Amino acid sequence: MRHNEGQGPVRTQATIALLASIAIGLAGCGSSTGGSADQSDEVKIAGLWPLSGSNATQGNDVLHGAELAVEVVNGVYDLDLPLAREAGLPGLGGAKLSLVTGDTQGKPEVGASEVDRLVTGGGITAVVGSYQSGVTLTASQRAERLGVPFVNGESSSTALTQRGLKWFFRTGPSDETFATTMFDYLAARKQRGDQISSVGILHTNDQYGNDGTTVTKKLAAERGLQVTADVSFEPTAADLGSQVTQVRAKQPDVLFVLAYTDAAIKLMKTFQQLDYYPPALLAYGAGFSDPAFLTGTGAISNGAASRAAWATEIADKRTSAKTIAELFQKKYNAPMTENSARSFTAMLALAQAINDAKSTKPDAVREALSVLKVPSDQTIMPWDGIAFDDKGQNIQAHGVVQQLIDGKYRVVFPPEYATTEAVWPMTKAQSK
Amino acid sequence: MTDLAQAVVNGILIGAVFALVAVGLTLIYGVMDIVNFAHGEMLMLGMYSSFFAWSLFGLDPLVSLPMTGLAIALTGALMYYGVIARVLGKSPLAQIIATFGVQVFLRGLAQFLWTPDTRTVTGPWADDLRIRVAGVVIGGPQLIMAIGAVVTTGAVALFMNRTRTGGAIRAAGEDPSAASLMGINPQRMYALAWVIAGAATGVAGGLLMNGYSSSPTAGVTFVLMAFVVVALGGFGSIAGAAVAGLLVGVAQGVVGLYAPSYTLAAALALYLLVVLVRPQGLLGTR
Repeated sequence: MRHNEGQGPVRTQATIALLASIAIGLAGCGSSTGGSADQSDEVKIAGLWPLSGSNATQGNDVLHGAELAVEVVNGVYDLDLPLAREAGLPGLGGAKLSLVTGDTQGKPEVGASEVDRLVTGGGITAVVGSYQSGVTLTASQRAERLGVPFVNGESSSTALTQRGLKWFFRTGPSDETFATTMFDYLAARKQRGDQISSVGILHTNDQYGNDGTTVTKKLAAERGLQVTADVSFEPTAADLGSQVTQVRAKQPDVLFVLAYTDAAIKLMKTFQQLDYYPPALLAYGAGFSDPAFLTGTGAISNGAASRAAWATEIADKRTSAKTIAELFQKKYNAPMTENSARSFTAMLALAQAINDAKSTKPDAVREALSVLKVPSDQTIMPWDGIAFDDKGQNIQAHGVVQQLIDGKYRVVFPPEYATTEAVWPMTKAQSK
Repeated sequence: MTDLAQAVVNGILIGAVFALVAVGLTLIYGVMDIVNFAHGEMLMLGMYSSFFAWSLFGLDPLVSLPMTGLAIALTGALMYYGVIARVLGKSPLAQIIATFGVQVFLRGLAQFLWTPDTRTVTGPWADDLRIRVAGVVIGGPQLIMAIGAVVTTGAVALFMNRTRTGGAIRAAGEDPSAASLMGINPQRMYALAWVIAGAATGVAGGLLMNGYSSSPTAGVTFVLMAFVVVALGGFGSIAGAAVAGLLVGVAQGVVGLYAPSYTLAAALALYLLVVLVRPQGLLGTR
């Protein structure tokens, strides 16, 4: 006698219900993003920048640059820039870019853990970031281990592209490129009769400062210039009087400076207090590019020069740059800077690579990045274009030299982008 | 030789400022055994108060000092009644976490309210001064900050050591139950300690705006030195903070001349040296 005869239909129903729910669950899983979702209509990019901490101003500015690029790609704009005229990525059926942000707090270890968190969370095609070279260093190392492309626009330390990493790409110039531009500028000034035989370096004691110093010394040796002063300061130093006194004692013809905003302001005030200015001051951007530096120092910083990857005056020479700069100003109520211009460009280059790869698989995107070729007029930068060497560096990137004259930065070198003559020595720009 | 003299003078001037910044910290610890990890943020708020008094009302940082002092005195009271009173007598870990939490909160609040942008007072009155003595240049801002710091530190020391209320605060700090037997209300004295520490810190912030810039993380630079100064001078001793501040300032200035990347190491090395010989600090009592 089969005493479980009555349970037959119930058990069958239960089994069917169970199988049905498993089937529905699997169907649901199929459309959520996994590590390599080819059919997703959203391409997720992780963006890591210092959104809090002492470089939060720059971090937010850079984030805005990347955000604007995402908007340009996703929307339809009448611009002579890649992917602007179509909505989304045509190579992926109009898929839209989606930026997932993480806050590095300006700390290398947090940058690395943020990469971990976002990438292992799933669905990330590539990572962009992270402004400070020290943070980009660790974050990109983590990305390398996780096998995800890391595209950097605005960190300039040369060490970043000397590591032989396969997954790291830098669209922007390195400090070596910037230094080359600055030394070319010095050569041009020497030809005009300015005295240039000794060089001093005043720098913040971190990755950016120390790498920049190494590169400056290397180029100085190559160009036959003597480095007579190499003075560093703690990033949190409250007083820079001793450091400036040291520099003054050595009387260099040109002083290279690497400093973030607070130190840059403090430095100019110390120069004024001690009534000493070098004949020429060439900064490696950072603090000197911060608008708060201009408002904070006013007339006492006239004559200081800085390398820049981009300047608003470039916008006047290129229509797409002008439009983008205007869009940026309108959207964020702040001018585009060389940092946001670089992050904009990095994001756009990444989008192009993903589009070329027609895939969101990290491997395919990496391959596409390594062979990416963007002509100069398809960027908003004063570059020859975008093309990466085998170390991941864009060898067609350049810098310009701009000098503070009457409270505004004016491009003074190279001649094809210059809008005015340089003022030498810098004290001449002060006495107006 | 002038360079060395310049470095020493710079060191003394900044050292006086370190001392004033440390006063609030050492006062709180001396009275209540609490390390205020939000001290740097109180300083930062003082700097912002001074900045906004200038940018909104055109007040020179020196003129707005009373306002700034008052603003942070109120902040101190708020912190006491809002946070500290609730962790008094609880585990030290709870107290540390509480003040650390306030630090994180205040930094985030500052960035949220005022953006992370660096704010500078341009052209303060102090800027127009410059004194030259035997080849050493003393800038107006540095001098004003140092004088203000010395005066304020002296005022706090005088108050704490020479007035009845100051004595009452110290009594409450030493033995709350004995103090209450003498008619002193310990809680009120604690709150008063926070008010005075706040006032001193607010004035420090206002003085700093003569030569420095404010931002949400502006407290970091000075609070690091404040902790070194407090530990070196002895926890709870205002006179100790004054001496230690000058020592740290001069040490940094001189080391900065010969080995500029070691200025922080110099301050910490000095601390290590003193603490090995005298663990309670220069003028500390515990």
